[in-house]
Amino acid sequence: MSTIILKDACKSWGSTQALTDINFTCENGKLLVLLGPSGCGKSTTLRLIAGLDTPTSGIVEIGGRDVSNLPPVKRNISMVFQNYALFPHLSVAENILFGLKARKIPKKEQRKRLANAAALLGLSELLNRKPSQLSGGQRQRVALGRSIVAQVSVCLMDEPLSNLDAKLRQEMRQEIRSLQQRLKMTMIYVTHDQVEAMTIADRIILMKDGIIEQHGTPEELYNSPATAFTGSFIGNPPMNILTPDARVMEAFSSLLPPGSPPSYLVGIRPENIIISKNSGIKSLVMAIEYLGADSLILCRSGKQNITIMVKGKAEISTGAHLRLDWNPKHIHLFDAGTGRRIKNSQRDVTP
Amino acid sequence: MKPKFQLRYWNHVNGWLLVLPAVFMISLFTHFPIASNLFHSLFSMGTITRPATFIGMENYVFLMDDDIFWKVLTNNLVYSMCTVPLSIAIALGMALLINHNIKGRSLVRMSFFTPTVLPMIAVANIWLFFYTPEYGLFDQVFSVFGGNSHNWLGNPDTALYCLIVMVIWKESGFFMVFYLAALQQLSPELTEAGLVEGSGKWYYFRRVTFPLLMPTTLFVMVNAVVNSFKLVDHLVIMTKGGPDNASSLLLYYIYENAFSFWDTSYAATLTVVLVLILAVITILQFIVVEKRIHYQ
Repeated sequence: MSTIILKDACKSWGSTQALTDINFTCENGKLLVLLGPSGCGKSTTLRLIAGLDTPTSGIVEIGGRDVSNLPPVKRNISMVFQNYALFPHLSVAENILFGLKARKIPKKEQRKRLANAAALLGLSELLNRKPSQLSGGQRQRVALGRSIVAQVSVCLMDEPLSNLDAKLRQEMRQEIRSLQQRLKMTMIYVTHDQVEAMTIADRIILMKDGIIEQHGTPEELYNSPATAFTGSFIGNPPMNILTPDARVMEAFSSLLPPGSPPSYLVGIRPENIIISKNSGIKSLVMAIEYLGADSLILCRSGKQNITIMVKGKAEISTGAHLRLDWNPKHIHLFDAGTGRRIKNSQRDVTP
Repeated sequence: MKPKFQLRYWNHVNGWLLVLPAVFMISLFTHFPIASNLFHSLFSMGTITRPATFIGMENYVFLMDDDIFWKVLTNNLVYSMCTVPLSIAIALGMALLINHNIKGRSLVRMSFFTPTVLPMIAVANIWLFFYTPEYGLFDQVFSVFGGNSHNWLGNPDTALYCLIVMVIWKESGFFMVFYLAALQQLSPELTEAGLVEGSGKWYYFRRVTFPLLMPTTLFVMVNAVVNSFKLVDHLVIMTKGGPDNASSLLLYYIYENAFSFWDTSYAATLTVVLVLILAVITILQFIVVEKRIHYQ
C-alpha cells in the first residue's frame, strides 16, 4: 500500500555522479535504514524519495505509483529534517499544525490530531512555547509531531538524532522505533551511525560512493558482510581486515575454496580473537582501551594492526607479546581486488 | 577589603576612559547641537546692530500660523507615506526575485543596485532630463503614443509625485540589499519543510518568510522614514521646492530659512519640530513593530 521502490535511480550534478543505479524495495510498514559514511549518497537517495530532488534517470515509486517527477506535496509523505526545520517564530502547536493549515484541513480535525500527537509525544504542556524555549529532544519531538499529524503512511527521516547527546539519542531511537511500529508507518531512516542502524532497522542498506554495498537485515550485514567495506563498517569496534603476508597466508590457506583469487583479505571481528598460549600469530601490544565491560587491546603483528576485544579489564600491559588465534569458522574472506566476499569453506555451507 | 575597593574603583575609571571618546563625540555632535538648537529657537533673529533677544515661545506661535510650514509638512507626510511603503515593497519583491537562481542573476542584481551607488545629485540630474518637457525621456516616450508635452516638474499637481517616483527608484535597491542578506540567512531546510508540508508559495511567504524578515523590515522602515525627512539634495537640483512650495519638504524649508533668508532662529524652531516628529515616529515604530518581531 505504501511500498517504496527505487528502480535504477541515478543522480548526477554536472560531472559528479552522486548515485549510480540504486535499486531497492522498502516493504509497507517496515523501517529501512540508509547507512553509510558522509558523502555516500544516502541523503540524496532520501531526497529523491521526498521529491526535493528529481532523479537524473530511473524511477521512484511510492505505493505502486510512479512519483519520480511529482512535487513533495503530491507524494503523500512526511519528513523529519536533521536540524528539525522548525519555524522559529511559530509556537509548538503552530509548527505541528503548519501543514494541516496549508492543506486546509477543517479546524475541528486539526485540533483532534494536534491533541493526539501532543499526547503521544508528551508535548501537551509545551504547545505554546517557541522552539527556542525547548531542549533538543523536545524539538525533535515537535518535528516528529509534524510528521505524525500529517497522517500519511510514509515517513522519511534525515539523520534525525545527530544533534542530540548520546543518552538522549538512545531514548529517542527507541521512541521512534515504537512509534513507527505502533502507527505502522513505512519509514526510511538515514544515518551514519551503525549502532543506530543495527538497533532500529528491519533492513539496512549500506551505501558507499553512490552505490549500494549491501542490502539485508542487520544480522545478515553483521554475520555475512558482502564486502570488506561492510565488514569494517558494521560492528563496534570494527572488523579487523588483514592483508595476509607470508605468515598469515599459511594460517588460512586451508580455508580457501578452490579457484579463489590470487590475493585476498582476511576479516576477523575483535570479539572472535582468542589470546592463545602456544599457537597463532605473534603480536605486540601497542595500547589498551578499557571500556568498562570490555577492554580493547590494540596489537601490531608485522605491518598489520589488529584489535582484540576481551571481557572485563585486560591484565596485560603495553609492550607485552601475545599469540593471537581464532576459530577458522569466524574468518571472513574477501577478494583483495574487488573487496567482494569469498566463501570460507569452514564457515559458509556450500549450497 | 582595601584591594577589593581599589579594583572596583579602577574598573570604573577604566570603563569611563573607554567610553570617553564616544561620549565626547556624541555630546559634541549630537547632544550639544540639539540643546543649542532648542536654546536658539527661544531667541529672536539677531543682527549686527540688534543682538538676539529672548522672546520665549514667540517663534513657535509664529510657526503655528505659518501657512508654508503646514504646506511643507503636508508635502512631507505625503512624500513619506508614498516612498516608505512602496520602496520597501519593491525592495522585498526584488530581493525575493533574485534570491532564486534565475538566469543572468548577477546582471539583474547589479542593475537593481546601481541606483543606490549613484550620488543623489547625479540621480537628480539624470531624472531632471527624464522629466524635461518636449525632449525629456518621458515626453519622448509619450509623444510616440501621441501624447502631449508635460511640464512634469513645473506643474504643482505633479511636481511632488515626480520626486516620489525618483526617490523610490533610488532607494529600493539599497533596501533590497538588506532583504537579500536576510533571505540568505534563512535555512533552506525551512523551505524544504514547507514544500513537504504542502504549503504553496504565497502561504509560505505569508506564514514563514515575511515574519522571519520582520527585524529587517523594522530596520529598513526606520531608515526609510528618516531618509524621507532628511534627504533633500534632489530638491536643490530639480525644483528648489517649487512651484509655489508644491514640492518643498520640511528640511528644505529649514535650509531656506537658515541659509537663504538667514532667519536662523526660526530655522532652529523648525528643526526642533523636525527632531520631535522623527523621535515620535521612531518610538512608535519600535513599540508597534517590536511586538510582532521574532528575533533569532
